[in-house]
Amino acid sequence: MLITKKRNWRNNKLKKLNSMELVKKANELRLLSLEMINEAGGGHIGGSLSAMDIMTALYFNILNIDPENPKKKDRDRFILSAGHKAAGYIPVLAERGFLDKKLLATFNKLDSPFGMHPDMNKISGCEMSTGSLGHGLAIGLGMALALRMDNYDSRVFVLMGDGEIDEGTVWEAAMGAAHHSTDNLIAIVDYNKCSMDGPINQIINIEPIEEKWYSFGWEVRRINGHNMDEILTALSNLPNEKGKPTVIIADTIKGKGVSSIEGDYHWHYGLLSDKQLLSARKKLGEEQ
Amino acid sequence: MGKLSISMKEFENISSRDAFGKALTIMGKKVPELVLLGADALGSTRGAAFAKMFPKRTFNFGIAEQEMIAAAAGFATCGKIPIATAYGFLISMRACEQVRTDICYPNLNVKLMATHTGLSMATGGTTHHCTEDIAIMRSFANLTVVAPSDAIETAKAVESVIYYPGPVYLRMGRGEIPNVYSRDYKFEIGKSILLRKGNDVTIIAFGIMLVEALKAAEVLVKENIQARVINMHTIKPIDKDAIIKAASETGAIITAEEHTVCGGLGEAVAGVTSAFCPVPLIRIGIQDTFCGIGPEDGLRKKLGLTAENIIQASKKVILMKK
Repeated sequence: MLITKKRNWRNNKLKKLNSMELVKKANELRLLSLEMINEAGGGHIGGSLSAMDIMTALYFNILNIDPENPKKKDRDRFILSAGHKAAGYIPVLAERGFLDKKLLATFNKLDSPFGMHPDMNKISGCEMSTGSLGHGLAIGLGMALALRMDNYDSRVFVLMGDGEIDEGTVWEAAMGAAHHSTDNLIAIVDYNKCSMDGPINQIINIEPIEEKWYSFGWEVRRINGHNMDEILTALSNLPNEKGKPTVIIADTIKGKGVSSIEGDYHWHYGLLSDKQLLSARKKLGEEQ
Repeated sequence: MGKLSISMKEFENISSRDAFGKALTIMGKKVPELVLLGADALGSTRGAAFAKMFPKRTFNFGIAEQEMIAAAAGFATCGKIPIATAYGFLISMRACEQVRTDICYPNLNVKLMATHTGLSMATGGTTHHCTEDIAIMRSFANLTVVAPSDAIETAKAVESVIYYPGPVYLRMGRGEIPNVYSRDYKFEIGKSILLRKGNDVTIIAFGIMLVEALKAAEVLVKENIQARVINMHTIKPIDKDAIIKAASETGAIITAEEHTVCGGLGEAVAGVTSAFCPVPLIRIGIQDTFCGIGPEDGLRKKLGLTAENIIQASKKVILMKK
């Protein structure tokens, strides 16, 4: 079952949101994600919230996409390589007009079009089925090469987790993208400093992260992944250097938006207590 | 679906490996969406001719098969038909998860063209033997598994696979398989081919083992045993009807494959017979062992993959008939 949104939505003519509007939208989406996770009985809260500002900026300002024509050939592509952040991604697709928001209540339920990891054949607007870490960048490289062959100026954005770059295939693709000069490929690392077993520098240290990407031949931008102006600047005017792929390393906070869980690696997956949810509703509601 | 047009004439005096390279160039001219992906083995996999003819449609990923297979998925989402070439053991094992998760699960139109399978690289030793790939590949939903034999069949299979919708694993064997076919014939994915009529026993094989099966049948006839020989070039979806017919008409089956008996052709055939028409069945193949090093023919003899083994097994299986 391919879920496409009803025709009466007008989001395809969406006016790009500005920085302040995006901040509000991101908080609204955080709340939507939390409500969905609550309904599902649990979900990948931490990473969904840390990546939310970036995903909001992409879907409501940066990406050339059209929910009414989700397969148009010259669209930009977004790959959620860190597929477990679907609990954040699915609400973004719904809010952007690709899915009926009412379906969010089915998350993780039997025969739902979506759950923990997204399925491209069931979710309109989803460019690739993901979930197993380390695959997205190489898939994105294939897309970038194919789009360039056909002379589209489409860009391919690949969002990865920080722990995800432990995977060797990320670096195979990093080498390949630099070699093939795919400057239409943009990697984003959601650097929330936590992986599943603990703080990332105690599990496998990924530093010096900027130097790694530089040495692989990438253009590197380092930003605060919760500062909307910085996000927009980093995602605009790409490529920074012709012939080079770009990586945006976004310093973020796991669980951003729910103060009681922020920065705590235990919240890779979880379910907020009633009290935490009430407090999040109040805080995020106020910030909208 | 384009019209199948590869004919015997063009592939008469050519090795099966070169047939692959030649068929790719023919198809490259016909199908503009074709792109060729390699992993630093375009020369030995015979993709080089395509690469020379279509440099802008050829992409080398270096020794990084996982990246190549994942990238193939990306190409396919953009409307290309990627031919991902590498040694079979690398596609089926090194890049196993990419095949399953990035290609089969989303059901993308990627053609995995595996060369040097079976014991093609006999002296390479176990690291380079490809004797588990069918077991692995046939376990993935959405994936079609095709294993041609001689040069003409390789060329026809390449053409059919390219026109066939969805992901396919094409298993090509050694460079020099003697000709099984002496005249033109129709190749259709999923439809086995009756190579020899007979009603005493059926030998089902593919690839190099077809040659052994035909030799065995020649010998058996002298002992008044009429062996039916079936070319099961498509392992998945397997030709159920032909298997059931063979089981019911001949009452005994031998399967022969240059592959482990764990999960290969033999078990695929047994899966059909046990459910629809149980008959005695003996599996010729690698008996759950690593194979060691040696020249191809020596290894095959050691492992029991010869016409003689098929002959002995045929006599035995006939005695097992009720």
